[in-house]
Amino acid sequence: MVKNEFLENLRRRLSGIPQVDANERLSFYSEMIDDRIEEGLSEEQAVAELGTVDEIVSQILSEVPLTAIVREKVKRNRALRVGEILLIILGSPLWISLLVAVFAAVISVYVSIWSVIVAVWAVDFSFAVVAVSGIFSLFVFSAMGKVVSGIAMLGVGIAFVGVTILGFLICLWITKGIIGATKWVFLKIKSGLIRKETV
Amino acid sequence: MDTQLKRGLLDVCVLAAIKGEDSYGYKIIKDLTPYIRLSESTLYTILKRLESAGMLTVRNVEHDGRLRKYYHITEAGLKRIEEFKVEWGEIFAIYRFITKEDNENGEK
Repeated sequence: MVKNEFLENLRRRLSGIPQVDANERLSFYSEMIDDRIEEGLSEEQAVAELGTVDEIVSQILSEVPLTAIVREKVKRNRALRVGEILLIILGSPLWISLLVAVFAAVISVYVSIWSVIVAVWAVDFSFAVVAVSGIFSLFVFSAMGKVVSGIAMLGVGIAFVGVTILGFLICLWITKGIIGATKWVFLKIKSGLIRKETV
Repeated sequence: MDTQLKRGLLDVCVLAAIKGEDSYGYKIIKDLTPYIRLSESTLYTILKRLESAGMLTVRNVEHDGRLRKYYHITEAGLKRIEEFKVEWGEIFAIYRFITKEDNENGEK
């Protein structure tokens, strides 16, 4: 029986993909062969029209997501090997600490990016404080009778108003740049993963 | 052809093939052959995708002592075809705009 041979061959080759999915695909091909035979083709011709098992398998594997294949693999091993579970437990002091380290690294990168943003804004804020206190000093020094010093302080204050405004623009530019760069990096990582999964 | 574009096209082709009356796998392939060549695996994937999107429903019908799957278009599937017509009306307008630019540049 050419048809049964073809389907059996396909079944064996599809053992890596989830069982339900494989069965459904097999019955789909079976129906395709039967419909061709019904139309007058011989069994050999009907099977030949579907293409080779190799072609079909490679196309199916390209469509089934990597995660489904990995999950299927993991599912089997977990059920079979007690030794592996023992290894996982015995190795836990090693892999748990590695996992924690990886998480810590990711979080620290995130924190350091945001602390740069916080730092530049803090600098600009301090400029603003100098500007306000400089202008305010005019009144304090005048009240104390030191008008010349007061005017000098006013000058410093006004100068720092300018510095603050300039700093504000620079801070905005830096923040936008950092956020943009972070988004770009995340996008790259994601598209890399997606491409790996679907192709 | 751009794969994303082709994928969208194939989805609507399959919906159009079952629009008039319920159809089955081999018949869909035969009906589409004059326009586009579909492999069985490709059709399977499209049918799965359309089913999970609620654009068609599947039922098993006994035929000649075996089961055959018939695909039935849903309201959502019909809506998708109408959306496609509108989208392609827009694309065609853009196409005319693009080729008009080309023609004008050619005359200069």
